[in-house]
Amino acid sequence: MREGEYKKLWKAYAIGLVWLFCLLWPLLGIHEDGTLSIQSAFTVWLYVFGGTAVILVLYLLHKRGALAWIGRPVARLRDRTATAGRVMPGWVWITAVLIGALVFPQVTNRYAQDVAINVLVYICLGLGLNIVIGLAGMLDLGYIAFYGVGAYTYALLSIHFGLSFWLALPVAAFFSCIAGCIIGYPTLRMRGDYLAIVTLGFGEIVRIILNNWMTLTQGPNGLLGIKPPGIYLPAFSDGLSFVHIALRKLPLLYYVILALAVLTVISVHRLNYSRIGRAWEAIREDETAAELMGVNTFMLKLLAYAMGAIFGGLAGAFFAARMRFVSPESFTFIESAMVLSMVVLGGMGSIPGIILGTLALIVLPEVFREIELYRMLAFGAAMTAMMIFRPKGLIPAKRVGGRSEEKGGAGG
Amino acid sequence: MEFFLQQLINGLTLGGIYALIALGYTMVYGIIQLINFAHGEFFAAGGYMGVIVLSYLASQGLMETHPWICLSGSLALAMVYCAFLAMAVEKVAYKPLRYASRLSILLSALGMSIFLQNGLMLTQGVYDKPYPAAFSQGGFEYGLIRVSYLQIVIVAVTVVLLVALNFLIYKSRIGKAMRATAQDKVMSALVGINSDRIISITFALGAAMAAAAGIMVGLYYGSVRYDMGFVPGIKAFAAAVLGGIGNVTGAMIGGLIIGMVEIFGAGYISGQYKDVFAFIILIAVLYFMPTGIMGENVDDTRV
Repeated sequence: MREGEYKKLWKAYAIGLVWLFCLLWPLLGIHEDGTLSIQSAFTVWLYVFGGTAVILVLYLLHKRGALAWIGRPVARLRDRTATAGRVMPGWVWITAVLIGALVFPQVTNRYAQDVAINVLVYICLGLGLNIVIGLAGMLDLGYIAFYGVGAYTYALLSIHFGLSFWLALPVAAFFSCIAGCIIGYPTLRMRGDYLAIVTLGFGEIVRIILNNWMTLTQGPNGLLGIKPPGIYLPAFSDGLSFVHIALRKLPLLYYVILALAVLTVISVHRLNYSRIGRAWEAIREDETAAELMGVNTFMLKLLAYAMGAIFGGLAGAFFAARMRFVSPESFTFIESAMVLSMVVLGGMGSIPGIILGTLALIVLPEVFREIELYRMLAFGAAMTAMMIFRPKGLIPAKRVGGRSEEKGGAGG
Repeated sequence: MEFFLQQLINGLTLGGIYALIALGYTMVYGIIQLINFAHGEFFAAGGYMGVIVLSYLASQGLMETHPWICLSGSLALAMVYCAFLAMAVEKVAYKPLRYASRLSILLSALGMSIFLQNGLMLTQGVYDKPYPAAFSQGGFEYGLIRVSYLQIVIVAVTVVLLVALNFLIYKSRIGKAMRATAQDKVMSALVGINSDRIISITFALGAAMAAAAGIMVGLYYGSVRYDMGFVPGIKAFAAAVLGGIGNVTGAMIGGLIIGMVEIFGAGYISGQYKDVFAFIILIAVLYFMPTGIMGENVDDTRV
C-alpha cells in the first residue's frame, strides 16, 4: 500500500469513530430523569475504539510484512496439517469424530451433555436448512415453522393417542413435508428476495396459528405431558420378554439425537452428490439455464423444500420428546435467524462447515456466560462481517466438477 | 354503520403509518434492488429516539408549556438521528457488497437487522418504554364515533411528510438524480451523478420517514419496545409490494390498503389473527400480480 492509502484508511477510521459516538450517545447518554451523561456512552465507545484500533494496527503491520515472523511458522504448520489431512483417508477422520461423539456422554457431566444435545439438534436443523439454501440456493427465513410442525405433531400424537416416539417420527416427517409443500407451492414462482420475505411471513403465520388455536395447541400455555422416547429391551428373567424403558436420562437422549444427526449428515451428503443434488446446484447457479437443460425446476425446488422440511420436522419431534413440553415461544423468527447464521457462518452447502458453525454458535456463548446478553448482537454483526469478508463461510463448500471461471475459461 | 366509520378512521391512521414505513422499502428497492431488512429497525430506533427526547423534555417541564414545539422537535431529532443511522448502516453493511450476489446482500441486511434490534435491547432494556402522555387525551365525538386529537395529528403529520417527499422526489434536483440513478446507475454516473451519494441520501430519506412513523406508533399505542420493528416492517413491505415495489405513490396506496385490511379484518373477522391478513395479501399479490397495483414490468431476476 502506498502512503496515500494509509492516510485515507486512517481518515475513514477516524470519521467512522466520530459517527459511532454520535449514534451511541443519544441512546446511552440521555436519561428520563432529565440528566445528560457522557460516561456510559464513552465507555462503550472506548471499548469499540480499543478493539478496532488493535485489529487495524495488526492488519496494517500484516500488510507491511512486519508480522512475517509469526505468519511463516503458522503457514508452515497449516500446510503440514493440510498434507496430513490429505494423506490420511477421509474415513479415518470420520471414524475418529464418531468415536469421540459416542464416548462423549460417558466422560462428561450433565451440563456438557445438555449442550451437546443442543448442538446436535441445531446440526440437524442447519443441515436441513442447508438443503434449501445451500444446495438449491433459495433463502428460507421461515424454516423454524417446520421444526414447530414436527414438534407439535409428536406432542399431540403422544398426548392424545399415546403414540410412541419411533412411530411418531415418520408421521412428524410426513406432516412437515406436507407443510413444506404447502408453503413451497405458492412461493416457488418467486425468486430471491421475494421468496425470503414470503417464507418469513409463512413462518410467522404458523407461529400465530400455534399461538391462537386454543382448542388444539392450548395457545401460549403450551402442551405438557409429552412422553419421552422409549425402547424395548429383551429380558431373560422368566423366558424371553421385553421390558419397556423410557429414555429419560440425558446420555440416552444424546444417543437418539446423535443417531438422528448421523442420519441427516449421511442423507444430505448422499443428496448432494446425487443426480438431484447436481440439479439443485444447476438451479442455484442459473435457474433459466437449468430449465433449458431439461431440469424440472419446479418439482426439484419443491423437493428441496420438502426434504428440508422433513429434517426440520424430525429435529422438532425430538425436541418435543426431550423437553416434554412445547410452546410457540420456541419457534420464533429469532430461532430461524440463529439456524441461518449457523449455516452462513459455517459455509453454505458445506457439511463440515455447518457442524463447525453450529459448534461455534452454541458452545462459545456457553463458555463465555457473561456475554450471553450480547449473543444475538454478535450473531448479527458476524453475519454481516462474514458476508463482507468471507462470503463462503469458515469452511467453504467443495464444488462438484470443474468450473470454467476457475480454469481461466478453459471449460470444465 | 358507526362501527364501520370508526374502523375507517382507525384504518386511515394505521394505514398512514404503514405508508410512511413502506416508502423506505420502496425507495431503497427502486434504487438498488435490495430488501432492506434493517428498515424495521430504523422505525424502532425512531420510536426510541422519540421517547428519549420527549421524556427528557417532559422532565425539564417543557411538555406542559410548549407541547407542540416538543413534539415537532422530537420528530425532527428522531428523523435526523435515523437518517444518520441509515447512512452509517448503508456504508458499513451494504456498500462493500454492491456487486456481490443478491443472497450475500440480503444476509448482510438481515445481520444488520438482528444487530440493531439487539443493540436497542441492550441500550434501552427489554421492557416496554412508556411515552409521556400528553397528546393522547381528548378528541371529538360524533355519536358513537370517536376521533382523538392524536389521530388527527398522526394523519396530518403523515400527509405533510408524504407531500413533502413527493415534492422532493418529483420536483427537486436531488429527486431527479434519485430517479435517474434508479433507472440506470451507469448512465447516471456518466452524466455526473454521484450514485454512492444518491444511494446514501435515499437510505437517509427512507429511514427519516420510518422514524416519524416510529414516533407516531409510540404516541398512538403509548409505548415502544425493542422488537417493535419486526412485524410492522413485514407489513409495510407487503404494502410496498402491493403498491408495486419501486413506486412511491404505490407504496402510499399500498400502506393505506394494508392498514384498512388489518383494522377491518380485526374488527369483522378475528382480532387474534390480525397479523395474518397482511401476510396473506402479500402472498396473494406476489402470486397473482407480482408487479402490484402501480408497478411497471418487473424483470425476471426480481420476481
